[in-house]
Amino acid sequence: MPNSSEPIERHTLSVLVDNEPGVLARVIGLFSGRGYNIDSLTVSEVSHEGHLSRITIVTTGTPMVIEQIKNQLDRLVPVHRVRDLTVEASSLERELAMVKVRGVGEARGEALRLAEAFRARVIDATRESFVFEITGKSDKIDQFAWLMEPLGLVEVARTGVVAISRGPEAM
Amino acid sequence: MSKQMTGAEMVIQAFADQGVEHIFGYPGGAVLPIYDALFHQNHIEHILVRHEQAAVHSAEGYARSSGKVGVVLVTSGPGATNAVTGLTDALMDSIPIVCITGQVATHLIGNDAFQECDTVGITRPCTKHNYLVRDVNDLARTLHEAFYVAQNGRPGPVVVDIPKDVQFATGTYVGRENIQHKTYRPKLDAEAPQIAAAVEMLAGAKRPIFYTGGGVINSGPEASRILRELARITGVPVTSTLMGLGAFPAANRQWLGMLGMHGTYEANMAMHGCDVMVCIGARFDDRITGRLDAFAPGSKKIHIDIDPSSINKNVKVDLPIIGDCTRVLADMLAAWKARDLSIDKGALDAWWTQIDRWRGRNCLAYRHSDEIIKPQYAIERLYNLTKDRDVYISTEVGQHQMWAAQFFRFEEPNRWMTSGGLGTMGYGLPAAIGAQKAHPDALCIDIAGEASILMNMQEMSTAVQFDLPVKIFILNNKYMGMVRQWQELLHGGRYSHSYSEALPDFVKLADAYGGVGIRCDKPSDLDAAIEEMIAIKRPVIFDCIVDQQENCFPMIPSGRAHNEMILGDMAVDLDEAITDEGKMLV
Repeated sequence: MPNSSEPIERHTLSVLVDNEPGVLARVIGLFSGRGYNIDSLTVSEVSHEGHLSRITIVTTGTPMVIEQIKNQLDRLVPVHRVRDLTVEASSLERELAMVKVRGVGEARGEALRLAEAFRARVIDATRESFVFEITGKSDKIDQFAWLMEPLGLVEVARTGVVAISRGPEAM
Repeated sequence: MSKQMTGAEMVIQAFADQGVEHIFGYPGGAVLPIYDALFHQNHIEHILVRHEQAAVHSAEGYARSSGKVGVVLVTSGPGATNAVTGLTDALMDSIPIVCITGQVATHLIGNDAFQECDTVGITRPCTKHNYLVRDVNDLARTLHEAFYVAQNGRPGPVVVDIPKDVQFATGTYVGRENIQHKTYRPKLDAEAPQIAAAVEMLAGAKRPIFYTGGGVINSGPEASRILRELARITGVPVTSTLMGLGAFPAANRQWLGMLGMHGTYEANMAMHGCDVMVCIGARFDDRITGRLDAFAPGSKKIHIDIDPSSINKNVKVDLPIIGDCTRVLADMLAAWKARDLSIDKGALDAWWTQIDRWRGRNCLAYRHSDEIIKPQYAIERLYNLTKDRDVYISTEVGQHQMWAAQFFRFEEPNRWMTSGGLGTMGYGLPAAIGAQKAHPDALCIDIAGEASILMNMQEMSTAVQFDLPVKIFILNNKYMGMVRQWQELLHGGRYSHSYSEALPDFVKLADAYGGVGIRCDKPSDLDAAIEEMIAIKRPVIFDCIVDQQENCFPMIPSGRAHNEMILGDMAVDLDEAITDEGKMLV
């Protein structure tokens, strides 16, 4: 039993896996089966020839649990590598969101002005709505969505976090 | 080697290339092509079980007693789901198994076809790895990979699910020599600085202990040999988990007996009092540690394990060493000798004096009776009357299992097969059948309880069909004994559904199956009855009627520490011994 007095930490893990059927189910099953948290999870193929996918997982737990998560992931047979971007080096994290806002008049203008301030792009427009595309750290997207709420926020779609380490080295 | 053949033929060819001699299975619609391929050859023997769960347990007993991979062949749907308990058991106890499951044809998958189930989905959490093979040209590679994954690193069960059309299809077979797994490369050797740190830490100890587990057995007989040498040269006392019994000889003076919930007083007190603990191929399971925050307080811990995820899972250790037990122990032994290290003699002598005091409590003592057979006495006699033979012991799960672990003494590895992690009632008989298949001339005994044995009783039929003269030694107390014991200790003696009102007449049952039944209920008759059992070269059910009230001690109550264990003669204080928090634990 992990010591409950240990602090809860948030870590971003990069996992390189064989792009084979069931690999995502294995990873997710590991988290649900052992009671670990998933705050965010993204997955996509990164090498078509190498049949490799990269999974980025944001998780929370005590340091002992985080270490367990990494070791448990690493022993899954189709997993090539597990890297903890939170501890290993300074890393970059980005998320993309699409934000739909409905409104007319002053609210519509205000939404556009805020979008510009956040460097969000308009990727769809009708007479009474916009869809903005915004990229950045998760808290920037949280902030943007929060500001859009009184201006007619309809819905948000987010990719979840992708992350990569700074500098010349691969994971 | 590469040549054209059908998928079904590939399965048999891959078995042959992997050196498989025996497989345990049960046919059905979705594996008929493989059974047809089996029919056309003579080098692989198929043992027809009576339930797929037993096929896996038999393969486990076979693997555990021989060091080989156990192989299972079952059909789709219920064949696969019945195998799930066995697969989970093998995963928990790290037993190498390759299980071939039939699947409905690829075009029917997902259509709720007859005897279809999502086998890879269902078995994903209960296997080390699994595969669904959709193309016959992937089949040979997948099969060889399955054997590699099952036995390398921490061993475990691997399922290969093969749709029926893939079994019929023709494709290219490749031999095992061309197969290398893309990614799976377990780390086997530790780095030299870690070895150096480990031997230095051990040499600096005043109260050292070796705490060994199933990993030593899995690593092969060489690991046991080096462990013995390392223990001899260092003078360190040795205890073991349930799964590790036999790695260190019970007759050795440095042997403390099993540790944990029903371990010996001296083993648990030594664990509690040690200053340097070397955990070798064990995993700090809750049966071992008791209350975690009071586990071996003040000790420095070295943990040798092939599986990095075992490190720091339950207990934080000071020096983790990832690697195979054989290699790490060999490196430690070499480093110890090269540096000419030794543990301070005065300190070690004082430690042994303390241990001998604990031994003096004689914690396994029980009150003998001339009227009724005490279960401990039955195991003692069974041990004494078989110890000079080539004997393999399996068990079911419960009190009898713990008594067997306490009173049967193992001198060699691979002689002891029990369901440790999952605790599967019904494990012992099929496991004994598997062990008997691997060792046809040995004496294979399933030490059983009358409740557990009924869970896979049907395998008696398998034993008779294949002339496997296993002995089922039932300690019959008419209760699910361990359940009754916990109800007595924790639930005010309210024996809710733990008494079997209606039991079969085991002697008649043995007869009905075509075996031999023996009943014994008098201590004075016991030796002769056991001798009779040993002499019979057919499957025997031995119905040993024992004291219904006997409890298994010593016992560390749930949620208590090693130094708070209850001994048999202290049993009156039980109610106070278990806290409310402890009652929540199992």
